[in-house]
Amino acid sequence: MSVVAQAAPLIDWAWIVDHLDDMWDRTVEHVVLTGLAVGIGLVVSVALSVVALRFRRTYAPISWTSGVLYTIPSIALFAFLVPFTGLSLLTAEIGLVSYTLLILIRNIVAGIDGVPASVVEAARAMGYTERRLFWEIQLPLAVPVVMAGIRIAAVTVVGLVTVTSLIGQGGYGALILRGLSRNFATEIFVGTFLSIALAVAIDFGLLGVQRLVAPWMRRRPRAA
Amino acid sequence: MADSMIRLEEVIKTFPGADRPAVDGLSLEVGRGEFVTLVGPSGCGKTTTLKMINRIIEPTSGTIWVDGAKATDMPAFELRRSIGYVIQQIGLFPHRTIAQNIATVPELLGWDEARIRRRVAELVELVGLAPEMLDRYPSELSGGQQQRVGVARALAADPPVLLMDEPFGAVDPIVRGRLQDEFLALQRELKKTVVFVTHDIDEAIKMGDRVAILNIGGVLEQYDTPDRILAEPANDFVAGFLGADRGIKRLSLIPLRSVDLPTGAVCDVSDTPETAREAMLAQGWDWVTVLDGERLLGWVWGSELEGVSKVGEATPRPFRVTVDAGATLREALDAIVNTRNNVGVVVEGDAYRGILTLDLLTVELTR
Ligand SMILES: Nc1ncnc2c1ncn2[C@@H]1O[C@H](COP(=O)(O)OP(=O)(O)OP(=O)(O)O)[C@@H](O)[C@H]1O
Ligand SMILES: [Mg+2]
Repeated sequence: MSVVAQAAPLIDWAWIVDHLDDMWDRTVEHVVLTGLAVGIGLVVSVALSVVALRFRRTYAPISWTSGVLYTIPSIALFAFLVPFTGLSLLTAEIGLVSYTLLILIRNIVAGIDGVPASVVEAARAMGYTERRLFWEIQLPLAVPVVMAGIRIAAVTVVGLVTVTSLIGQGGYGALILRGLSRNFATEIFVGTFLSIALAVAIDFGLLGVQRLVAPWMRRRPRAA
Repeated sequence: MADSMIRLEEVIKTFPGADRPAVDGLSLEVGRGEFVTLVGPSGCGKTTTLKMINRIIEPTSGTIWVDGAKATDMPAFELRRSIGYVIQQIGLFPHRTIAQNIATVPELLGWDEARIRRRVAELVELVGLAPEMLDRYPSELSGGQQQRVGVARALAADPPVLLMDEPFGAVDPIVRGRLQDEFLALQRELKKTVVFVTHDIDEAIKMGDRVAILNIGGVLEQYDTPDRILAEPANDFVAGFLGADRGIKRLSLIPLRSVDLPTGAVCDVSDTPETAREAMLAQGWDWVTVLDGERLLGWVWGSELEGVSKVGEATPRPFRVTVDAGATLREALDAIVNTRNNVGVVVEGDAYRGILTLDLLTVELTR
């Protein structure tokens, strides 16, 4: 009877237990989509940052372009890409990666600029070549700022992946969409909850990584 | 000088957009193993000059020779690996341990690990750091300790040339004095060719075999030994820069050991009062210094020797001012004046070396 159906509990625990496998698959999908996007975004951002740092005049246009990409509403971006690359992983990743660039490039450049001039000068005076200076001194010292950027980018992408379900690359978004179409609250709730949980987990995980790769930041300075 | 290690020939540096040169036609020669200090008012081009030697700044014109070759004959990074450099802000690498910081240049030169480890251990001892510092990060060290690491890092690959830009500028005067003394002792062993920048004329005089005094615009006003500069300033600028107390500054160049000290009225504990009285009479003093062999015991009034059979029966009083023979005349003067005395006794360990009077200091001042 329809009266009984309307009185159904808000959360259907039995459904959750039945669909644990499905949730696991969605989790893997979500993590892969996010990891790919942040990973590719980082590689592209480091490359563009190197150009921006070496040729300062390119920083403004690079920053502006990534800023524009960041402001395009995600749904509009995917809609624009679909005619070219279809309902594919490629489409999803192009979109997701383009949202990481602004944050990552800004943080990489700010991180490198934040390395004390005296340290850079000392390195040059010791006989560092410009390339080794970048990879062995400047980039490692920029790690805390860069990692802060990676964390923001990762959390942003986790949220955006729920949108890519619209082009069939869903992760938890697939759960939400299906729940919406079936008017089934449990599934919407589970998709949303897992997405938030994943964002928090990744943020904390990256904080741990940051401590690991920047051990000198961990120890407190001793009094002289 | 025939055997010059660093030679600047008519070097000019004009920074882009500047209306006059920061360094203008500077010629300067530094001998092998010589310690030259570069001193002058702020903005006179000391740092610029130093940085042109290892090509952190390229001269607008002129030539710089390092160890017989033009500095521009090899890639800048190669030249720099053969020149130790201590920058004013220390500039240690915050993400590297002290051991890794010191190992910087050996690593760039591709030394093997065992050799690097041995060298680091050696350097830590050389600059007076505790070995347990090696695994710390720079932020965990005091300013003075960081300065030592900066010096160790510059010395790591045993470069023949050392450039130092106000290396002891960031520490308090007491630590600074100690670092200066230690570095001078180190230099006596290492015999590096050192160019040392400072804006402190006292430091320049204390440290340098020769002192180059620069004026605004990188103009060399005088280049000579500390003693000659203090005795004969080339012009008003130099005289003004040395200050009104340059006579007294000269005293800091003279070690007490090199001065012929009078022994004054002296007697031994085993002497009779008559012997002591003769000694006093010879000097026209009414007191006498009491020794036990070489060892200084103190002094007694002549009147205290009445009725004793041996000088040792009277109790000697300690001198208020004792100065070690290793000190300079300047330090001796300070000690005497600060205690409002007019004599100081000079000792080496606890052995008596003589009496220093203000009269004697005046003689040295006008020499
Ligand atoms: N990179 C630069 N670009 C433009 N001008 C510079 C640059 N570096 C130094 N100058 C100018 O050149 C002059 C000499 O500077 P320099 O740093 O050599 O002085 P200094 O003698 O080391 O002074 P201080 O005792 O204050 O360290 C100054 O007028 C300074 O403003
Ligand atoms: Mg300077």
